[in-house]
Formats: sequence, C-alpha cells, structure tokens
Amino acid sequence: MSRAKAPYIAPAERAAPDLDSGKYLVMWQGPNHPGITGNMSLRLVIEGDSVVDCETHVGYLHRGFEKLMERRLWMQNFPLVCRIAVPEPDFNEYCYAAALEELAGIEVPDKAVWLRTLSLEMIRLASFLMWIGGQAGAFGHGTIAQWSVTMRDYVLDLFEELTGGRIYHMYIIPGGVRGDVPAGFLRRVLETMDTVRKNLDDIELVMFHNVVYKMRAQGLGYIPPDWVDQYGITGPNARAAGLPRDLRKDLGYLAYPRLSFEPIVGTVSDAFERSRLRLLEMYQSIDLIRQIVDMLPARGAFRAKLPNPLHWKIPAGETYVAAECTRGEYGFYVVSDGGDKPRRVAVRGPSYTHGVALMERLARGVNIADVAGLMVSLHTYPPEIER
Amino acid sequence: MSDKHSIPGPLANEGLPLAERGLFCDAPPRQYQRANKITEAFWNWARAQSLWILGFGTGCGAIELRPLMTSRFDMYRYGIQPRPTPRQSSVFVIGGYASVKTLKRIVRSYEQMMGPKFVVALGSCTINGGMYWDSYNTIKRIDQYIPVDVYIAGCMPRPEALLAGFQELKRIIRAGRGEGQNEYARKFEWYKANQKQVIKDWNMPDYNW
Amino acid sequence: MKELITSLANRYGVRDWKDLKAGQAACFVDSGRLRDCLRWLRDEAGYAHLSFATAIDQLERGVFTLTYALRNHERGHSLLVHSEIDRTRPVVDSIHRLWAQAWTYQREMKEWYGIDFPGSPRVDEEFVLEGWQGPPMMRRDFDSLAYSDATYAERPGRASSDPAEHMKRELYPEEQA
Repeated sequence: MSRAKAPYIAPAERAAPDLDSGKYLVMWQGPNHPGITGNMSLRLVIEGDSVVDCETHVGYLHRGFEKLMERRLWMQNFPLVCRIAVPEPDFNEYCYAAALEELAGIEVPDKAVWLRTLSLEMIRLASFLMWIGGQAGAFGHGTIAQWSVTMRDYVLDLFEELTGGRIYHMYIIPGGVRGDVPAGFLRRVLETMDTVRKNLDDIELVMFHNVVYKMRAQGLGYIPPDWVDQYGITGPNARAAGLPRDLRKDLGYLAYPRLSFEPIVGTVSDAFERSRLRLLEMYQSIDLIRQIVDMLPARGAFRAKLPNPLHWKIPAGETYVAAECTRGEYGFYVVSDGGDKPRRVAVRGPSYTHGVALMERLARGVNIADVAGLMVSLHTYPPEIER
Repeated sequence: MSDKHSIPGPLANEGLPLAERGLFCDAPPRQYQRANKITEAFWNWARAQSLWILGFGTGCGAIELRPLMTSRFDMYRYGIQPRPTPRQSSVFVIGGYASVKTLKRIVRSYEQMMGPKFVVALGSCTINGGMYWDSYNTIKRIDQYIPVDVYIAGCMPRPEALLAGFQELKRIIRAGRGEGQNEYARKFEWYKANQKQVIKDWNMPDYNW
Repeated sequence: MKELITSLANRYGVRDWKDLKAGQAACFVDSGRLRDCLRWLRDEAGYAHLSFATAIDQLERGVFTLTYALRNHERGHSLLVHSEIDRTRPVVDSIHRLWAQAWTYQREMKEWYGIDFPGSPRVDEEFVLEGWQGPPMMRRDFDSLAYSDATYAERPGRASSDPAEHMKRELYPEEQA
C-alpha cells in the first residue's frame, strides 16, 4: 500500500539492536556526505536498507558564539550575531537589535520598521529558494537547484545593493537600519519579484507534478499534530500539521500587523506537504514584499540616535525576542546586568528541536535513500544547533 | 595484516586500539616522484583542467559553493566539479573556520585524498582566526595542520573571488608549483605534532592513505 | 492572568512574578519544585510549548540561574520560569519526560555549564565538543581568550588591539581628554 494513504508513525522508544549479531550495519552519514544539510552527522544502524536507529552528532560548527558575546561590548556583538545562521542572517540581527531596544528603551523610527520587514521577507524568500533546491536535489532532481539557486542570487543582488553584502548583511542595527534604500531600488525589487514568481510557477510544474517526487515524498517523515507541542515543533513543520501558528501573526512584531496575510496551513505534515507549504510561503513572501514596497514611507529617519557605543550600558533586565524565520521560532534571550557587555545571550534556533530530537525519531524505519530527503524536509540548519 | 603490524612506522597509529592498528597503513607519506620534464608539463596541464572538489562543506563558506555550482556562476565550465568522496577528489576547499571537531575530519579526509592534491582555504578565519580569533574551539590558521596552496580572503568571499582563486590554483598547478602534498610528506612529523597538540583525544590512525 | 499567578503561588510557591512586556512574564520557583511546576503549567495552564531552556552563570552570587521559556499559544503568552541552584553542587530534576526535545537542552547545559540532570538520555556524552579537557566553557571563570592563545598557533604579524581602545582612538578622538 502506498505510504501516502497510511502514514507511518515512527516508534517512540529507541530500538536496542544487538550490533554483534551480524544482522545490522552501523553507517555514518556525514559530516563528509553530500546528502547532509550543513556539517553534522547521523549514526545510522541499518537492517537491510531500512534504518533501525538514528543518533545525531552535532558540534562540527561550534564556534562558541554565546561565550564570545559575553566578551564583547553590546555594539561589537552586532557583526557577530549574523554569522550564527548563514542562509538567513537577518533574523539574528533583528532579534538581537530588538532585544537591545527593548532593554534600553529605544524607539525605532517607522521607516526603519518597514525596511526591517522588507529585509526579513527578502531573506525568507532567498532562504526558501535555496532550500527547495536542496529538497529536490535530495530526491535526485537536480534541475530545480539550477533554477532556484540562481533566483536566490537575484535576491542576493538586491541585498548587495541595499546593504553592501551578499551573505552577511549587518543591516539591522540596534536603533534602526544602517542605510536608506538607494534610488530606483524599489523598482528593481518589483522586477526581481516578477522574475522569481515566474520561475516559481515553473518549479511548481516540474517538481510538484513529478510522479517520482510525489511517490518518494508523500508519507515520508509524517508528524502527527500531537507531536507539535511534545517536540516543540514550530514554523512550516507545525503549520503543515494543521496548526495555524505563525509568530508574524501571533506576536505582531515589526510592520506585520499592518500587512494583509494569513498563515498557510496544511493537512498532513509529511515531506510533500511541507515542501508544498513552503512553496506557497514563497508566493506569500513575494506578495508581502510587494505590499511593503507599496507602503514604505518615502521620507523619514531610518535610525534612532544611539549613545556612544563605547560607554553604552544597558539597564539590568532580561527579555526574550522571537521572530518567525523560515524554519520556525527563532529567538534571542538576552540578559543584561547593567554593564557594557551582555551577561548572557542564548539563541533559540528551530533546528535545535527539528534536527536533533525530531530527526532521531522520524528516521526510525525510513529507507536509507530517504534519510537525506527527510532531513532536508525538516529544513534543519546545523550552525544554529551548535552556535 | 599481521606482518604489516610487525614493521611499525615512526608513529605506528598509537591512537588506535591494538587490534585495529593493522587495519591501517603504517608508513609515512612519500613525496611525489616527478617524471621527465615534458611528460610532467603535460600532466600538470591536464591536472589543471580537471579540478575535482571534495564535497565537504566544513564551514559557512560552503554556502557560496552552491551558487558556484549552479547556473549563474557555473564552475563546470572551468572543469571544476564536486565529488562525493575524498578518493575521487583532488581539491579540498576548506570553507571557513575549522572547529577542533571538524579539524579531525579535515585531516582524515585530506590524507585520504589521492595525490596530487591541493587545498584552497576560504575566508579570513582560516588565515588568522578572523571573527573567531578568541574562540576556544576554532583554530586560528589552517596551514599549521594541513598545507594550503591558495588562500581566498574575505568574510565571506564572493563567488567571483572563488573563481579567481581557482584560476590562481590552476596557474600554480600548470607551473608545477603545487607543492602542498610534498610539503606534507617532508614535514610530516611537524604537521602531526601540531595536529595532536590541538586534537586532545587522538583516536584515529596516523596514516590514512 | 491573576488566577494563574495565585494558583502558581499557592501550589508551587512561585514568587517574583514580573511582566516583562506585553505577552511575556517571568517568575521564580525553587529548584526542588521546578519539575512539578513545569508539568502543571504544561498540562493545566496551557503552556504546552517549550521554547528553550538555558542557564546563566551568576558567578558573584555562586548560583546558576536556570531559565525555561514556555509559551501558551492559545493565549499568546510566554512565561520565563527561573530557578536557582548552587554553583558547587549543580543538580536539577530532568524534564526529558515532559518534552521530547528537552534532553538536548539538558545535554547542552551539562556540557557547557556542568549542570547535571540525572536520568536524562545521553546527558554524559559529549555534545558539541570533542576531546575537551578544560572546565565547562560557558562558566564565567573560564577565559576563552587565554585558552585560545595557549592552544592555537597564531599567524605572526597579526596585531590585535583592544577594540574599545581602538574605537576610542580612531572614531572618537574628542573623548581622549
């Protein structure tokens, strides 16, 4: 019977296979493996060609951000935070900046709010475009990556014009943003959005109507709705299970309350539904970017006045700022003891739950050829697991 | 296997349990024996035309390899393409900062690559530590642990910079100056000592080829 | 919200309730009653989503502050539950049976701070570090720079200046006096 009709629920308890029996094979997938996202590894115990047990091993990218941030001034951390999650640095910048503004009581100008929203939506689109190439590639569909990564590059070109950097933008600083939009930029944004949208239609046609992709992705990595709270699942993985949880709506941060959009909700959270949902979210992002371009105020300050960063002491306090990134709830928990350096900055990345605990459970019983596709369908990103 | 074990090399895979030592090679790497001048020049030309990258994204620099591989920058037109296993690849791209845990895998993958092999290191953090100069878990310069042929500076380097770096590597190879592999063989003990100083739990073979 | 505060105070002795901002509050509970309190919040009060769990080193006071961030999606409210444990004997009840991803956070705290969670799966294994021999590195008495200088070779010719001093000299010369 097809997996799509009766989704397979992975067992809750870890199997304890007798490795000396000769029935099982221990295989490492990663860190040096093309089917792994980023740089982490899975220790798979295999019987025949199906996975009996999966153990995640992370830490290959550990740089000790949280320790380094305690050693640096508040403002010095700002170029550091964006490097925590490489494909979408802006969420780090926003969460850090917003946490500082809350603690220090800084008011952000309205134009900066809009520009921040624009940059967050653009990076969301870029990150999804990169992801869809990986998802198709994991199921042997190389063409999609050729298209979508190029589309992502066009979005990165916009970033380069706006911020000066392709990958790390360092655009959203405490108090506002680093610069105003260049002349003619908004027109080019709209043009690029048209190009991307047209390409998304092609991707939809080629990828989602492809019978191989359908057969391999449907029923793979099924997440029942009651796992969502149990595992702390957020973002498209949770929305695909039917829960309308979108922090853009729930928290109403930045300019999102003034934009018109509804969380996109799926029915059965398997790899196919999740990828379909993310495709729809790309369309939604394009729509949001168009709305933002329409409503962006033409004039006004884009940055509040900040105190001298050398002597900038932030009053003692704590706050947790979360934002909806492409993978789910991304948050910064910042504690200040009243000094010129943070007491503690803890980063909450959605991959932390999706890529470790959930992945270990979902991988049980999966065919080894599908492990890479399963991992990509959760949209995990190792650097934010280990920081 | 057992007779191999009876002729220990200078280091003899001491990090491994006794039973596993015989599974690995026990002689240090050798320098490359050059053929005559004309043959060697032809070989170098051929090597420069097909650079196969090991598909091991060791750091955040790996993200710029994706645009490079796909249609916009298209490195295939320069004869560069990624390969899944070290045994098939000739170029190792160190994509940025290397944590100690990754360094272990870098050393092993590098040693498993067939010669002639070359290393391209991306990013400021491989050169002098970059952003992570005071981190407890990232090394500050990669050439202490494996030889590097080309450095590409930047955080992070653009795809164009990567292409320029690969062109530079091609020039080096064509001129017969890709000495990294020989350097590793010549100063093998020094490299091993450096590696062991950083990798505190040395539990892998010293000889991986 | 008033009812929640009183019933938390009556049941688990929760104190120091503080509204941090709209939709977010913090409170404090004794470490011995932490697990029961979290279970009650999850089952009875609707705080079913565990955002993260982390620790803060309060070196001066000799304690670790634990923080568990919960979220009630129906009400749109987040709650940061704090608890304190002695720095010299850091042992807390494990919550890996309450949330299926909690063991990862506990593994992280064990490795980074040396806080023990008896019974948590794989808690004694290495998490992100490998072959680490120093003290738990997120403790505030561990000096990252000194360790880095002592362990990793530096490229000669790199001049490092104190960033604050450098900025003072280059960007704010008027403040020299």
